[in-house]
Amino acid sequence: MNNILLAILLGTLFGFVLQRIGAADPDKIINMLRLKDFHLMKTILTGIGVSSVLLFAAMATGLLDSGHLSVKSMYWGVVIGGILLGTGWAISGFCPGTGVVAAGSGRIDALIFLLGGLVGAGLYTLMFGVLKSTFLMQPLYGGKTTLVQTGEYQAVLTTSPGWAVAIAIGIALIGIGAVLPGNSNEES
Amino acid sequence: MYWNWKKGGVMLGLTFFLAVASIKPIGVSTQFVIADGIIAAALDPTLVQKDEKAKSGYTSTNAYLNKSGGKYAKSVAKPMNYSFVFVLSMFLGGLLGRLLTKKKPGSNVVRQIPSVHARRFGNKVILRYSLTFISGVIVLWGARLAGGCTSGHMMSGIMQTSISGYIFAGAAFLAAIPTALLIYKNSGSGNE
Repeated sequence: MNNILLAILLGTLFGFVLQRIGAADPDKIINMLRLKDFHLMKTILTGIGVSSVLLFAAMATGLLDSGHLSVKSMYWGVVIGGILLGTGWAISGFCPGTGVVAAGSGRIDALIFLLGGLVGAGLYTLMFGVLKSTFLMQPLYGGKTTLVQTGEYQAVLTTSPGWAVAIAIGIALIGIGAVLPGNSNEES
Repeated sequence: MYWNWKKGGVMLGLTFFLAVASIKPIGVSTQFVIADGIIAAALDPTLVQKDEKAKSGYTSTNAYLNKSGGKYAKSVAKPMNYSFVFVLSMFLGGLLGRLLTKKKPGSNVVRQIPSVHARRFGNKVILRYSLTFISGVIVLWGARLAGGCTSGHMMSGIMQTSISGYIFAGAAFLAAIPTALLIYKNSGSGNE
């Protein structure tokens, strides 16, 4: 299929799903982070678990080539950047993806978040030349590393087969999602 | 009003799997850089130029756009690429999600000010907009430093058992939970 058509279909689906699970609603995000409402946490854990089980099952059965994987490098910037993202996420209730979806659904505060995002990304683009030679960019744990063996990247665990471990982790994530206290309000 | 966690979790998982199976793992925050680049290149046509010696075929005077053989420079020069169109389409997905939501009579599907904000600070629109603008700056600067955001690092990363994904998620929640507890204390139980 044409890549652009695929981008439109998958991007629209992703935006739709994020809106329908409540991830683009800052009240849902902030109340999750305040540990008051675990509905979204349950959904996200289940989502990661389901996608991981499907991904590793597809690779184990040869339906999918491991070349589809794209693992990001580990370096100090991941920790510092994660802390910054977490802080702004908690204040606004938006992250980059859910900000886009919320703006699309008609929220003006999300649109303003996106404008701030363009400024933040722009500042980083201008500062990268200085930042790239600092400790922030030094690889940790060998850079692009996975927990289980995939055949594509170096792995922490030598347990074989790697896909079985990954599927077990995926099922465990779904299990944690299932046992977290639910909130049946506002659901259909 | 929202999907229950089982239906939502399965749909979310299927979406991430479909994306990685057909093209590549989902990511969003890079496209803010591409959008900035498109605006900047319109103002300064020398920012991104064709270069047959570069791996991507494009080069930039900006170090970030020029990294990895001019990968971002190419996306700026050719905005009709998979990743950029994917993120633009998410706006449409958000709109469709809202339009197809079953409304309770008399309820507002989209609140312009979150209840947690209203309970803590009152209905102060300017304050809400100021907070989201500053957050946007911090979130995207941080996401670019980390090389990904909630979609790319946390969801796609943990899906692949990526070490950077686990550590990013840990760092983000470690900062987010105390911040939310502190800023939105006395903001009610979380139920309407």
